[in-house]
Amino acid sequence: MSPLLEAEGLTLRFGALRALDGVSLALWPGEVVAVVGESGSGKSSLLRALSGLARPEAGRVLYRDAAGAACDVHALSEAERRRIARSDWGHVHQNPRDGLRMGVSAGANIGERLMAAGARHYGGIRAAAAEWMARVELDPARIDDLPRHFSGGMQQRLQIARCLVTRPRLVFMDEPTGGLDVSVQARLLDLIRALVEELGLAVLLVTHDIAAARLLAHRIVVMRQGRIVEEGLADRVLDDPQHPYTQLLVASVLAA
Amino acid sequence: MSPVLVVEGLCKGFTLHLQGGVSFPVLRGESLALMPGECVALAGPSGAGKSTLLRCVAGNYGAGAGRILIRHRGAMRDLAAADARLVREIRTETLGHVSQFLRVIPRVPALDIVAAPLLARGAGRAEARARAAALLARLNLPERLHHLPPATFSGGEQQRVNLARGFVAPNAVLLLDEPTASLDAANRAVVAALIREAKAAGTAILGIFHDSELRDRVADRLHAVDPLEPAA
Repeated sequence: MSPLLEAEGLTLRFGALRALDGVSLALWPGEVVAVVGESGSGKSSLLRALSGLARPEAGRVLYRDAAGAACDVHALSEAERRRIARSDWGHVHQNPRDGLRMGVSAGANIGERLMAAGARHYGGIRAAAAEWMARVELDPARIDDLPRHFSGGMQQRLQIARCLVTRPRLVFMDEPTGGLDVSVQARLLDLIRALVEELGLAVLLVTHDIAAARLLAHRIVVMRQGRIVEEGLADRVLDDPQHPYTQLLVASVLAA
Repeated sequence: MSPVLVVEGLCKGFTLHLQGGVSFPVLRGESLALMPGECVALAGPSGAGKSTLLRCVAGNYGAGAGRILIRHRGAMRDLAAADARLVREIRTETLGHVSQFLRVIPRVPALDIVAAPLLARGAGRAEARARAAALLARLNLPERLHHLPPATFSGGEQQRVNLARGFVAPNAVLLLDEPTASLDAANRAVVAALIREAKAAGTAILGIFHDSELRDRVADRLHAVDPLEPAA
């Protein structure tokens, strides 16, 4: 088995600020990796560089498709990158408005991804949309409602349904519970955990929420000032942190 | 017969960077070996490092030095040097760990927590749930609790869920950290029976048993963990 995604020596600067400073990372099939760190640690830049949205000044990102063929994500044309992003990848944004089309119905939001992936049968698409609404605990009777009439937590679940309906191999999640009420966060995290396990997804999760990382991730990568300062088995990084910054992060979490 | 678990020269210490970088060693040169079907009880005063040793073998703590060899897929693999993916694989197929406290997951019912190790090994959902339910019943957890998340359970109920999760799938090596601390006599007897059955099936068990009656019933020998002399 080979990694699904392999990054080497990623470097990215914004002026004098090093957002990424020689970051290397591999993600294996079925593996959930959480990238944790505070604002400005470079974790979001890493996600953007890995998914091809930001071009690093140095380093490269290899993606291996289902047939085992590797491609350099940043050497792809924009059309090729979009094709892979549509067929193989999913993206869950922190703000559901960035991942949904607010002007079309919930069902159309889910169906649109299926149509982009080649589905044409209207009845089948609508049935799949209803099924996925139920899987993310949305009432399928609301299939024709606009997302703007949904609560923030419901919008986030709709975004997840839209993302997963095409069965991506790799999902990028950027603070998926950010901005939600705590009670809503717990439900969403559990839903993500169950779906990821059931579908055997590989996930790169960017979060500043240590508890979410413990719940979801197999492996944790700790970033600070554009560098990975520590990485390893999720429970070991949290229970036996080595780096001073990781110890500070873990010690700063309030136990409920 | 050859051992399934060999700990060689294991050292472990902690450095607290937030407390001015103070370092203290806990284990220095621990060595032990377990044969299949053998139960070894770690003995020593509180704070000697018994739990630390167990957590190092579980992969929950990183080893400072030394080797932790475990027979996995027919070969001896070094847990102390294994990467995260190999540790996960060993935990899924070979190494069970019943920690002192159940880590509850919001919304996940007791039955699914117990069934998870079977699902991870490829069992079907119905079969995994049936075996989980049977084991929970044997541990006297009322059926009405099977479908509830254990967050609101008592300490003893949570511990039985944790034990069921550890015993539901056969392991080559099983680590037990105070498995009966909050159990009544009837359930302690069930745990003793589960341990004896696992041993008979070839599982090597490394445990911490403060319950001396249970320890005398199940342990084949003791391994002393001595507190380190504070550095002069």
